[in-house]
Amino acid sequence: MKLFLVGLAALGLSLGAAQAQDIDWTKVTLEGFEVPLAYENEDGDLIRSGFTFRTPGTQAMQEDDFANPAFWRVDEGEIAWSTPEGSEGKSCADCHGDAAESMATVGTEYPKVDAESGELLALEHRINKCRTENMGAEAYKWESQGMLTMTVYVRHQSRGKPVNVAVDGPAAPFFEEGKALYNKRVGQLDMACKHCHEDYYGNYIRADFLSQGQSNGFPTYRQKWGKVGSIHRRIRGCMGNIRGAKYPYGSHENTVLELYIAHRGKGLPVETPAVRN
Amino acid sequence: MKTLITALVVATTFAVSASAQDMAYVVNDDDYTIEKSLTGVPGDAGAGQAAFVGRKKGNCLACHAVEQLKDSQLFHGEVGPDLSDVGNSYSAEELRLRIVDYKVINDDVIMPAFFRSTGLSNVGKKFKDKTILSAQEVEDIIAYLLTLKS
Ligand code: HEC
Ligand code: HEC
Repeated sequence: MKLFLVGLAALGLSLGAAQAQDIDWTKVTLEGFEVPLAYENEDGDLIRSGFTFRTPGTQAMQEDDFANPAFWRVDEGEIAWSTPEGSEGKSCADCHGDAAESMATVGTEYPKVDAESGELLALEHRINKCRTENMGAEAYKWESQGMLTMTVYVRHQSRGKPVNVAVDGPAAPFFEEGKALYNKRVGQLDMACKHCHEDYYGNYIRADFLSQGQSNGFPTYRQKWGKVGSIHRRIRGCMGNIRGAKYPYGSHENTVLELYIAHRGKGLPVETPAVRN
Repeated sequence: MKTLITALVVATTFAVSASAQDMAYVVNDDDYTIEKSLTGVPGDAGAGQAAFVGRKKGNCLACHAVEQLKDSQLFHGEVGPDLSDVGNSYSAEELRLRIVDYKVINDDVIMPAFFRSTGLSNVGKKFKDKTILSAQEVEDIIAYLLTLKS
């Protein structure tokens, strides 16, 4: 019952939710996207992008690149891509050429196991590896402007393509770790990610309309943040809400969680930069 | 944590150390109650309402709607059952166990244990070894819930 909700923002939310329930999201594909915003998996569960839980107003901000408050980072990232940095005097473009080609599916595949080291790398780790090892440049700080712009730019090259992380072979142990963390009760409130994002999505928890906690939109512009943020920032936010000790940016815990979440939403379209509330 | 819960369910009555201050309470698992008041001081329904809605206290409204509070300008959640008639459905003793530690009844429940500080992992520094509510706040909320009859 949404009758209790008062105020303009609340009205918007409840209307959005009501509408969301009436739409068959498996039939909705955004312009230029290869796959729809939801699909039914083998277990008969509907896997839905966070987009499908948001209000029409928030959705509209994402649907129109001119209205998307994070879209400037795509243009900015294109410049950064071909700007030489570091002691080697090289830019990303010197090694990778046109990002539209070389990065066309990269955004669907991370986190990914590094063949050399056997470590699980988030896109941020991979970018910093190129910077320090190939360019002689300083590593970006995880949540820095430079890193956010570069990750938005690179993942945007895969926009509309289905998330397709590998969770077998060398990735299997990381996937199992992520799954265990996702289902583990943590914090003073003693909740697991799964309690909110599997058991109760589609319900209000106070003023928040719970989604499945999918990651296909990241880095995502969040109205509450007033900027884009990484998936690690988002996980840290949820950890804080359940009064848990936040795993550090770039930590193994956050990266295996990121892999598990990506797999839960395998097949959803990359939306970077998505817009959420 | 699992062993603690199984132990609770297997034994008929059981004393548990509930918080850093060594507050003991006894769970009666025949009928899922905690008989004895946690403080011996009668609960205050007014203070209980404040603790019920307070985001830094019970924040119960995050998950439970209450008809009687619909004019309060506050958001009501829909994760747990509506509590507008809870005063008719449950006794003080039954409510006490549900607020102290619902996991004794349902080990997969999302509802936090509001008066348990042990058996938790990865607790943030500020909250370590502390229960979410104080013993008196639990008693106050019970008093408030008993007024909810529709
Ligand atoms: C107490 C409830 C709760 C718990 C527990 C919780 N979250 Fe969330 N989460 C939310 C809310 C509320 C939002 C914002 C609305 C939404 O998208 O669901 C959110 C959003 C997210 C999003 C962004 C979704 C999008 O579309 O942008 C991700 C990813 C996420 N959570 C992951 C996690 C992970 C990982 C955990 C466990 C470490 C977790 N959450 C635990 C409540 C919770
Ligand atoms: C994060 C969600 C959440 C929060 C916060 C929460 N609850 Fe609950 N509560 C639930 C759910 C879900 C159930 C149903 C559990 C079940 O059926 O096993 C429940 C059940 C109950 C019941 C039994 C209701 C019935 O009809 O059987 C009572 C009483 C109750 N809660 C009181 C409270 C109080 C008081 C607070 C705050 C101090 C609170 N709850 C906070 C989710 C929550």
